[in-house]
Amino acid sequence: MNILDIAENSIRAGATLVEIRLELQGSKLTISIRDNGCGMSPELLNKVTDPFTTSRTTRKVGLGLPFYKMAAEMTGGTMQIESRLSVGTAVTATFFLSHIDCMPLGDLGATVATLMQCNPDIDFVFSLSDGAESFAADSRQFREILGGVPLSTPEVAFFIREYVSEHIKPILEKGI
Amino acid sequence: MKSLEELAAIRERMQRIVDTRHTDGETVRVVVGMATCGIAAGARPVLNAITEEIARRELHHVVVSQTGCIGLCQYEPIVEVFVPGQDKVTYVKMTAEKALRVVGEHIVGGKPVAEYTVGSIR
Ligand SMILES: Nc1ncnc2c1ncn2[C@@H]1O[C@H](COP(=O)(O)OP(=O)(O)O)[C@@H](O)[C@H]1O
Ligand SMILES: [Mg+2]
Repeated sequence: MNILDIAENSIRAGATLVEIRLELQGSKLTISIRDNGCGMSPELLNKVTDPFTTSRTTRKVGLGLPFYKMAAEMTGGTMQIESRLSVGTAVTATFFLSHIDCMPLGDLGATVATLMQCNPDIDFVFSLSDGAESFAADSRQFREILGGVPLSTPEVAFFIREYVSEHIKPILEKGI
Repeated sequence: MKSLEELAAIRERMQRIVDTRHTDGETVRVVVGMATCGIAAGARPVLNAITEEIARRELHHVVVSQTGCIGLCQYEPIVEVFVPGQDKVTYVKMTAEKALRVVGEHIVGGKPVAEYTVGSIR
């Protein structure tokens, strides 16, 4: 599941805040990635899950959203996009983790750390909850603790990766 | 389990270093090519490995960043190392293991790892 790929769309859309929320209900996982970037026109929105749509000039075929949709649907889940021009975009997908075709979740700690390390001017909120327990990592909070020390500092990025990985592990293990 | 107190401790450690910090003229920059093509080619483990190794060795004069596609997709993952006063070195087809050697031999030891550079492949 390429959360990083979807979050990169938000970055490219000029977002200053990107929220990545994961909710577990048993083996059903809902991932929502919400941004306050440039948004999409209804026309573009209608086309983006078509594998031949991209607004990029460096590569002809945009595959991030079509792949993501396919990954969700392969598990019996769904993907929806809500978007409004100059307001933002929310991509919500459900995955059934117990389904044999479900792709691995990947290293979420590294994903969160990479986003914060490489985009120190964008705020990221990551959260995971299963109803009973929850964990959140917010770059605004990290930045406040860090004073002027940048999020791109290797020691900071490494801390964030471990911090997120350690805290989400017990919650994820309950669900799977 | 790791707590945010550790982050506060990193801040204090870093701020103490700031006073004795190498000036900008001594900062080594490491740039990892991370366009989506780079991620597909495994740039992320490379970035993670470099970040971890630099943190572990406490190399405070090194900054790590990412860039979009460098335009050499068939050679990805690509890592560029900028040492002040020296020519840029471009490493291609990188892996986490190769990246560790680059940190040790080039960034710490001052000697680029010739066999991983773009020049040795072309
Ligand atoms: N969060 C977003 N905000 C604004 N536009 C978006 C967002 N996500 C996707 N898009 C638009 O949809 C297009 C297709 O996205 P995607 O399938 O990920 O392919 P690619 O990123 O390679 O173009 C993008 O080029 C962009 O125009
Ligand atoms: Mg994309």
